[in-house]
Parts: sequence; C-alpha cells; structure tokens
Amino acid sequence: MTTEKQYRVIGTRPVRPDGVDKVTGRAVYGADVTLPRMIHGKILRSPHAHARIRGIDTREAERYPGVLAVVTAEDLPDVDVVLAVGEGGDVNMRDASHNIMASGKVLYQGHAVAAVAAVSPHVALEALKRIKVDYEPLPPVLDVRKAMAADAPLLHEDLFTDTMGQRSEHPSNIASHLIAEEGDIEQGFREASVVVEREFVTHTVHQGYIEPHAAVAEWRDDGQLTIWCSTQGAFSVREQVAQILKHPISQVKVVPTEIGGGFGGKISVYLEPVAALLSRKAGRPVKMVMDRAEVLAATGPTPGTYMKVKVGADAQGNITAAHAYLAFEAGAYPGSPIGAGCTTVFAPYRLKNVRIDGFDVLVNKPKSNAYRAPGATQAEFAAEVVMDEICEKLGMDPLEFRRKNGAKEGDWRPFGPPYTRIGAIECVEAAQASEHWKTPLVKEAGSSRRRGRGVASGYWMNWGGTSSCTGRLNPDGTVALLEGSTDIGGTRASIAMQFAEAFGIAYERVRPQVVDTDTVGYNDVTGGSRVTFGTGYAAYALAKQMQREIAAKLAAIWEVDPESVTVEGDRYSAGDKSVNLVEAANLISEQGQQVVTSVTTTPHNRSGAFATHIVDVEVDVETGKVEILRYTAVQDVGKAIHPSYVEGQMQGGVAQGIGWALNEEYIYDENGSLRNASLLDYRMPTALDIPMIETILVEVFNPDHPYGVRGVGEVPIVPPPAAISNAIYDAVGVRMTTLPISPARLCAEIMAKNSARA
Amino acid sequence: MAISLMSGKVTVSATVNGEPTEWLCEPRETLLEVLRDRLGLTGTKEGCSNGNCGACSVLLDGRLVNSCLVLAVETEGAEITTVEGIRGEKGLTPVQRSFLEEAALQCGFCTPGFIVAATALLQANPSPTEEQIRWWLAGNLCRCTGYDKIVRAVQKAAAEMRGEA
Repeated sequence: MTTEKQYRVIGTRPVRPDGVDKVTGRAVYGADVTLPRMIHGKILRSPHAHARIRGIDTREAERYPGVLAVVTAEDLPDVDVVLAVGEGGDVNMRDASHNIMASGKVLYQGHAVAAVAAVSPHVALEALKRIKVDYEPLPPVLDVRKAMAADAPLLHEDLFTDTMGQRSEHPSNIASHLIAEEGDIEQGFREASVVVEREFVTHTVHQGYIEPHAAVAEWRDDGQLTIWCSTQGAFSVREQVAQILKHPISQVKVVPTEIGGGFGGKISVYLEPVAALLSRKAGRPVKMVMDRAEVLAATGPTPGTYMKVKVGADAQGNITAAHAYLAFEAGAYPGSPIGAGCTTVFAPYRLKNVRIDGFDVLVNKPKSNAYRAPGATQAEFAAEVVMDEICEKLGMDPLEFRRKNGAKEGDWRPFGPPYTRIGAIECVEAAQASEHWKTPLVKEAGSSRRRGRGVASGYWMNWGGTSSCTGRLNPDGTVALLEGSTDIGGTRASIAMQFAEAFGIAYERVRPQVVDTDTVGYNDVTGGSRVTFGTGYAAYALAKQMQREIAAKLAAIWEVDPESVTVEGDRYSAGDKSVNLVEAANLISEQGQQVVTSVTTTPHNRSGAFATHIVDVEVDVETGKVEILRYTAVQDVGKAIHPSYVEGQMQGGVAQGIGWALNEEYIYDENGSLRNASLLDYRMPTALDIPMIETILVEVFNPDHPYGVRGVGEVPIVPPPAAISNAIYDAVGVRMTTLPISPARLCAEIMAKNSARA
Repeated sequence: MAISLMSGKVTVSATVNGEPTEWLCEPRETLLEVLRDRLGLTGTKEGCSNGNCGACSVLLDGRLVNSCLVLAVETEGAEITTVEGIRGEKGLTPVQRSFLEEAALQCGFCTPGFIVAATALLQANPSPTEEQIRWWLAGNLCRCTGYDKIVRAVQKAAAEMRGEA
C-alpha cells in the first residue's frame, strides 16, 4: 500500500550518518568517556528485599587507601516535587531520590545504600566491603495479589489508595485504582451468546539493552555540573538531577553519549546524581558504570501482573461486553504503567459496553519502569487470548472477527478523545491478504511434534511531545542540523531525511548531530515512539523557517519584496533573479550574514499505531519446547521515512516479544532475592532462537504530521505473546495464560491435559 | 612477562591490531579492561563481563574469544585483533559496509562484537548457510534488530567476498 505523494528522499534507504563510527568502534557510548583526573564510583546494594536501616558505618571505607569519597542518603537533600518525565508518567522526585539511595528502609534486593569513589573500580569495590550496614529485616511482599491483601506488610506507611481522586481510609500497598467505563456491561453480557473469562499471570521482565547504565559527572568548584551519560533524554536527566540535588537547572549541563539501547529503561536516573555527589565531595570527575547484575536487579524492569479478562459476543460475532481487571506490580514506589495498560487492553476493538479496573500495586521489587509500549504487552496478551477463545467458541476466523469488530475513526477509547484516523482494520485486512495467512500450515511434524498458527493484534498510543532543532546553513549550501533527541535506532537518518525533503536538498547535504543541553532547545525524551514523528516534525518546521529566512535575506540583497521570492526545491527566485542554495549561501555570507535558525514544536499526536501478527509454532509435546517456524508482522506505520529502520523496529520488537512469551522472567526466591541476575539465566533470544521476521508495512496517513508519520517503535512488541499462546493452543490444545510459556510450564499443562483425558 | 615487585603489576607484550604493544597491568585485570582502560581501545564493549553477550568479542591469535573471559596477563606474545583493527584496503571491509547498507544495527552497541564475530566466521567458512550464520553468531546478543538484518548483512558480505556481488 502506498500513499499518493511522490517523494525524493522519504521512502529511500540511505546509510545512516552515524553508521561508519558504529561499525568501526569509534562511536562513544556512556562507559567510553574518560576525563583527566577521573576516578571511579561503585554502589553498595541491599542484600535484603525489605529491611529497616538502623545505621550505616562508612568510617573504615573512608580510610581505605585510594578512596576519595563516600556518600549515603544523608548527603541528599529532602525533595518533594512531582515531575513529568514523559512516557514513564509523573514521578515523585522524593521517591526518585530514595530509589537512587535508600533512606530509612530498603525496599528491594539491590536497592542502593551507599557509594564510594576511588582511584580504580577495583579499589572502590574493595572499599564497599568495608561499609557496615545494620539492617533489621522485614517480611517482604513479592506477589501482586498478596500485596493487595488488607493484612499485607506495608512498603510505605504513608501511602494511601487513590481511587479516581478519592483517598482510602487506611494505608495500603495499592497506590491507585483506575476505572474506565462506557455503556452497561451487565446488559452487554446478558446479550452475549458466548462469554469467556480467564485469569492471567505475567512475570517481571527487563528491557535487556546490551549497554549497562553509565555516567561521568564533573562538579566544578563554581557549582557548574556537567554530566556525560547514556540516556534517552538529556533534558530529562538535567531536570531530574537538578530536582534530586536541589541544584539550579541552569548549572547542570548534560552531554548525551551514544546510547546502547534503552527501550524505556534509560529515562529515570540511577547513577547520575550519585556520581555528581561523589564528584563534589572528591573534587574530581567520577565515572560510574553498572555491571550486568546491577542492571537486572536494580534498574527499572517492567511489571509482573495479575489480570482477569471477560468478554462476551453474540452469535454473529459482535462483541457485546468486555471487562478487564488489571493489577500491575509497580515495584518499590508507585508508578507502574497501569494507565497505559487500561488504555490499550481492548484498543483494537469497537466496544459499546466496557469496564476496565486498573491497580497500581507496590511490591518489594525494583521500581518498575517503561519498557516498549509499557503496560500494553501484558494487558493485550490477556485480552487477545480471550478473543481467540471467543472465536473458537463461535467457530469464527480470528482475523475476520478482528475485522468485524475493529476500531475505527470516532470510536470510544478509555481516558481519551475518540480515535482519529487509524489503521486497525487495514492491518487485519493486510494480514488476511498475506502470503503467510493464505499458505496452509501442515500440522503434523513427527511423533512428538505438533504445529499451530496464531494471530493477535496490538495497539500503542504514541506520543508527540516537544522537540527543538537548530539549523545552520554552511557557505557550501549544506546544513548542520543540531538535534536534542538521542538516537537509539537510526533517527539521525529519519530526521535528516525529513529535513532534506522539506528543504529541497539531498540527504547527503544534511549533517545531523545530537548535541548537549546547552547547545539546542528543549527536547522531550526519546520514547513513546515519538522521535521520527515529533523531532521529524520540528525538522520539517525548521526547513520551512530556514527557507523563509533565506528568502528574506535574498530579498534584502536583491532589494525586492520578501513575498515575491519563490522557493522551488533548492532554487530561490524573484523576477529575473534566480539562485540555487549554494549561490544563495554565498551571497548571504558575503554580506557578513548567517542563517542560523532554531525552532521548537509540540505537535498533537492524537493517533496511534496498530499491528496484527501471524505466527506458526512447532511444539515438542515431550519437552514443552516451542520453536518459532514463521513470523509475519503487519503494522500501520503511517509513512515509512526510512523503510529499513521501520522494518528493523518491527523485527526487534517481535524478537523482544518472543523472548517475553517464551523465556524471560525474573525468578525470585521466597526472601525476594533475584536468582537469575545474569544474561545466562535471564535468557534473551539469540540469533539461533528466531527465524527471519517478515514485515508488511501498511501506510495509513496520520493527519497530525506533514508526511503522515506514525511512531513505529513500540507496538511491535505487543502482539507476540498472545499470538504465540494462541498458536500453541492451535498446536496442542492447551490455553497458556501465564508468561513466559517456558518448557516446564507448557509441559506441565500438556501432561495435565493428557492425564485428564486418560 | 615481567613482574614488578613494587606495584604487583605485570608487564605484558603483545601485538595489538598489528602494532607491537606493551602495558602494565594487575594480574586480576581482564583483557577487556586492558583494551578499554589502558590501551584506549573502547570499540570493544562490556555488556555483561561473564561471557554471555559477546559485546567484547576480539580475535586472539585468530580465534574468536570473549575478552572479558581472558586475563590480560595470558596474552603475552599473542596477536590480538579488535574492531579497531578490522579495516579494508579502502577503509571499510565488506562486512562493515554490508552492515551499514542492510541497516543491520540500531543502537550499535553490540555491533563491534558482531563485526568481529562475523569477520571470524567468514574467514573460517566463506559460504555459510543461514543456519551456520545463526549458530556462529548465537554468542553475540543483539536486543534491537531481531537478528534478521544482521544475518542478511553477513550473507551479503559473504557473497561479495566470494566475488558474487
């Protein structure tokens, strides 16, 4: 499917501007920064999931040779501010401060309690062993349902439940209860001829970026603080650090390095304020780099859940009612993506009677954080497995059911205005037309192997946010394009392409750079699938603004009315005068003038992204091992600026979704100790675990963007767990409602089914 | 190898990216630490430091290893090739070029490890099947791409190096 417009640059597949540095090892990531006189910081972490800190004795560590500074929570100021940090939602900065350095209590295993800076990382680690912490262990609560019980151990005695603005009478681990309602579900379920209700459990998973968190901080004697770090949002780091340290934001400069993956997990700060404090104390620049166990145990994974979904449909296959009960583990402080879970759970469907209850629940696990379409994968896993069972009971084709009940422009959605132009139904139709769907699957595959096919849809709402760009016209007619959106997956290319398209020049004549917080205007974080949309929008606006400024300067030189200067591609003309951009740049610089232009834009993004996936699996019924035979991802991408990177986002999201579906989970013992904090035991997919991933790009123009762009990064992680569970049902006839569908879990279900039959 | 009694540090001599190189290090330092922190070769990345992710892949006497699992003092007299040492006659090698052309990287952090591992694969086997590529690269984790475009990039580079493209 293509849009009608013809573009010069958009839709081509050029090499990314930062590519050569990344294949030769020159690109500088967080841990690659080295400064003169730099020393190294390490963090002491709690061995307990829940304990009171009676005291911390750091004297011996302070005396250890080579140690230059030690800090604890006592070095942090009291803060009480709520800050919006984009996709992660609002963050109480007091919680953020206590999360980076425990105050009074530790709330999860791995919670930071002290930090040391020393001449080498080895010396810092030796010194940590000499810090004595006196803990009074408390009973941990690790399961979301147990944490909701009235007699559960409380993480915070001053936390009350907020139910749509109403505060509970007693303190609770339930931070909030959201309710979204439309129509009358009781009436809807009475009208149904089939009703399916099931319970679901999912476990904590991690974003799994390969680069561990890293930061270097230099606090100078005049109070100027510079931080180099790997982050999804340099401006967000600046704000968070300024709030946590109560330091003027104007004195904090953040220099974003290249970022080795984030997926939502590199928005909150962990190391940056600690490195800054150590640097202030030591009078030297301090580098801090997490090891892998710290990344897994003490950054922000995405929550485990308990969910219940009930759906009714009439005999013709129309959904008559839907109810979801979603309880998400926030971890140690409030703020799971429960709002997004509620928004997305039934999003692909047109619903008249619906109720959604969402609970944000504290447990003694690390404070959860955003992970690619945060909250949507869990919620839509539950809903899409129930929809599959409805189809089975009705004897209805699952794609036809999704087409018939598909959401479209004007339909209701929770907590928001009705949908604008969306491509939910177009995705289903493209899936129906795909070669994969039209090719029958041979289900028998030897004595112990069965094959099955499953489908699922998914939705992510996408975000617009604020972006700024600065453009500088060089004397040779090329443009230096300064951006503040850190580039996780090729956005320098996608932004430069939109600029080049709008400015009428070749892609190669734009040199995009990601710069620090002093050099470009404010940018929201790289998250919410927003950069190619939002920063691309800013680049488009910048190109148009630069054209106007060039026209005005030429008008002054030519002594004509600025309105009379016309722009066609890279050619500027007025009457008998006509120059190309190179000539214009020369004329302007000969006058001692420059074109240096900055724009800031905050476009609406009322739309969202839908996807429909098809998967074929082969199940070994003796071992419970699942192999992915074939995978097709269909997605409404609005307009693919650089199709290779759009496909790459889809393939990468699918791979993460496959890992979540089949392997990945945090395994805690009864004391709340994480037992698999390594990449051997927290098993992410390797090249050998997944096949080629076919992509079908559907382009339904997004009316909120000049080129029709939709964010593409997040939605592809949403459908895989449900599609795989549905395919496993098709293969072996068991409904898998717990993630991950590990060989042990699946084998147990197959054996239970066989013994029930016998 | 010479042991200095003063600091407990050891002098090690090896050939790194074709250049004779000598450094002082403690016996507990890994090759990865020495490459990054003592020799300034930060193209080799640390992702896990226990041999699970492959981001620190280098060639040690022509053999693909995780440099986080090698003690630097073990490399006395060895030939070490890091991503910085992978260069073609005209700049990029076919593997590096095909990674760019096929968009086989997103964040780029695992990329040096994949470049080193894929280079080693095509030295050992100029005509690998898809399955052989996936098997060889299974020691390198990538969280961004889903491996699809990486496998295609290796296939394309292999074809080019065989003179087919």
